[in-house]
Amino acid sequence: MNAHVATKPLTSLDDGIAKGDMLLKVDNVSLSFGGVKAITDISLDIRKGEIRAIIGPNGAGKTSMLNVINGFYTPQQGVITFRGKQRRAMKPHHAVLQGIARTFQNVALFKGMTTLENIMAGRSVHMKRNMLWQMLWHGPALREEIEHREKVEEIIDFLEIEHIRRTPVGKLPYGLQKRVELGRALAMEPSLLLLDEPMAGMNLEEKEDMSRFIIDVNQQRGTTIALIEHDMGVVMDLSDRVVVLDYGKKIADGAPEEVKNDQAVIDAYLGVAH
Amino acid sequence: MLYRVAGQFKTSYQADYALFPVRQDAWLLVFILLLAFVVFPMTANEFMFRAMLTPVLIYSLAALGLNILTGYAGQLSLGTGAFMGVGAYACYKLVTIFPEMNIVVAIFLSGFFSAAVGVAFGLPSLRIKGFYLAIATLAAQFFLVWLFQKWAWLYNYSASGAIQVPNIKLFGVTVAGAHATALTQYYFVLCVVCVVTFLAINLTRGRIGRIWKSVRDMDIAAELVGINLMKAKLTAFFVSSYIVGISGALFVFLWRGAAEAELFDIQLSFKVLFIAIIGGLGSIMGNFLGAILIVALPVLISFVPGLLGLPIGAAMVEHLNVMIIGMLIIGFLIVEPHGLARFWAMIREKLIIWPFPH
Repeated sequence: MNAHVATKPLTSLDDGIAKGDMLLKVDNVSLSFGGVKAITDISLDIRKGEIRAIIGPNGAGKTSMLNVINGFYTPQQGVITFRGKQRRAMKPHHAVLQGIARTFQNVALFKGMTTLENIMAGRSVHMKRNMLWQMLWHGPALREEIEHREKVEEIIDFLEIEHIRRTPVGKLPYGLQKRVELGRALAMEPSLLLLDEPMAGMNLEEKEDMSRFIIDVNQQRGTTIALIEHDMGVVMDLSDRVVVLDYGKKIADGAPEEVKNDQAVIDAYLGVAH
Repeated sequence: MLYRVAGQFKTSYQADYALFPVRQDAWLLVFILLLAFVVFPMTANEFMFRAMLTPVLIYSLAALGLNILTGYAGQLSLGTGAFMGVGAYACYKLVTIFPEMNIVVAIFLSGFFSAAVGVAFGLPSLRIKGFYLAIATLAAQFFLVWLFQKWAWLYNYSASGAIQVPNIKLFGVTVAGAHATALTQYYFVLCVVCVVTFLAINLTRGRIGRIWKSVRDMDIAAELVGINLMKAKLTAFFVSSYIVGISGALFVFLWRGAAEAELFDIQLSFKVLFIAIIGGLGSIMGNFLGAILIVALPVLISFVPGLLGLPIGAAMVEHLNVMIIGMLIIGFLIVEPHGLARFWAMIREKLIIWPFPH
């Protein structure tokens, strides 16, 4: 099956933004649930082509930040500029159409479907044939299916999950489920990929594999990545810039070395006597 | 041995997407179609058609419609009976207003009426899920049956309040009404069921089927891979109610011959739901297996005492029947809660590796 040569290599969505320029900008965003302030007046930016880490202790507002970026939550205040377009409220599926894909902290795969179907589902946004063609199947719908199947097989090769192609994902071990979820996000060909703790609960070997995939995605496809991660070794090695949140506020932002030595960050992680 | 797949290599994605990637499955289907198209018509009598073969096909079609909604898109519905009614009444109005309309066209058009009603009653699914949605569709069930009784225009103001199917000819052969033979009606239903099933298989294995299954498995994640939940759910309601509507039109025009509003009450909804659940949610073949168990088996069982020469009264046979079918259903669900389709899938898997299971 792998003998098939794909027509076009998978790329990140062409968004006309040069490497290093601003891809996403979050300005003075605040988000609260009733009286609980999840995010207070945070500004941050993500540049095209970088790996941007968001770290912080538990409950710092990291996942809320991702949810704001991909439209799952609407912030009460602030503006989000993505690819030069401003917006505050949007539906998640619009975010996907604009080129934002994400994975979840707790795996959110379609459990009753196989690996192949899960990743193919990620291509839904790129498939156009309507219901009448789908019903006939032979002809345009089948051609479209095969065209997208080739791209999906490329992702399956890349993530080294050929052997579980036809296994329902509910039966897979956790590490592989995380990998399939990354595959589904890649299938969307996003220009910004949000990864929420891609290595949580993995052993060292699985973490190394996942790190390798993340670097390859970033370098070979030019996909911009924002990731949340608790393993500091991984964060410091992978990321170009790190932003640190604590109690919904931004306490540091910069290159990994700067952040590592920042007194506020050390205090937030180790705690200080008041 | 029978099901050996070794040596069946696929060298293109096209081959991988064949309807039956395993050759033996195709043979099995050919065998079943031969039975349905040639063997049954040659051997069965009028009673067999009226009591078993035609109803099994019609109920399978109704369950197929429900299965698309409940098994594939994960939206529970208790309004199937009423949606069948919409199809039946729509077809009745179409053939009485336009008497020269082709019956095939009328049946396929009447599906659109039930599809529209289905979408309208599917709107609550955008906000509520699971059992709460089931209750919302229950409203459709009671409201529509009430409408069938009260809106006299629907049954052309007939004194009995029932609809009576007129004699309808298709290419010179009477297919509906009192003059139609059971054999013609059986062939008619069989052809419609085959076509709709083929289209439904295609729909469920492609992009739209994957979208439905994503919504069923995890709707939040589905939204975050770019699926428009509203569109996905309403499409499922549309397609499902369309098929259910067609089955309703067949139910009255090609089988019952006459109908009143009470025929489409909640009993019918439950019967179709049981067929879908026992056959297997999320499976096309399951609908047929479920319909055979629920519709045909009781008829077969009622013959047993007579064949054995046991002196049992007709009422007793009826009671025994209910008990036996009930026990069978419980037994099947304990052995395989995912329905008869999964049961078959397991048998098939065992057959593939037989006689070397390791």
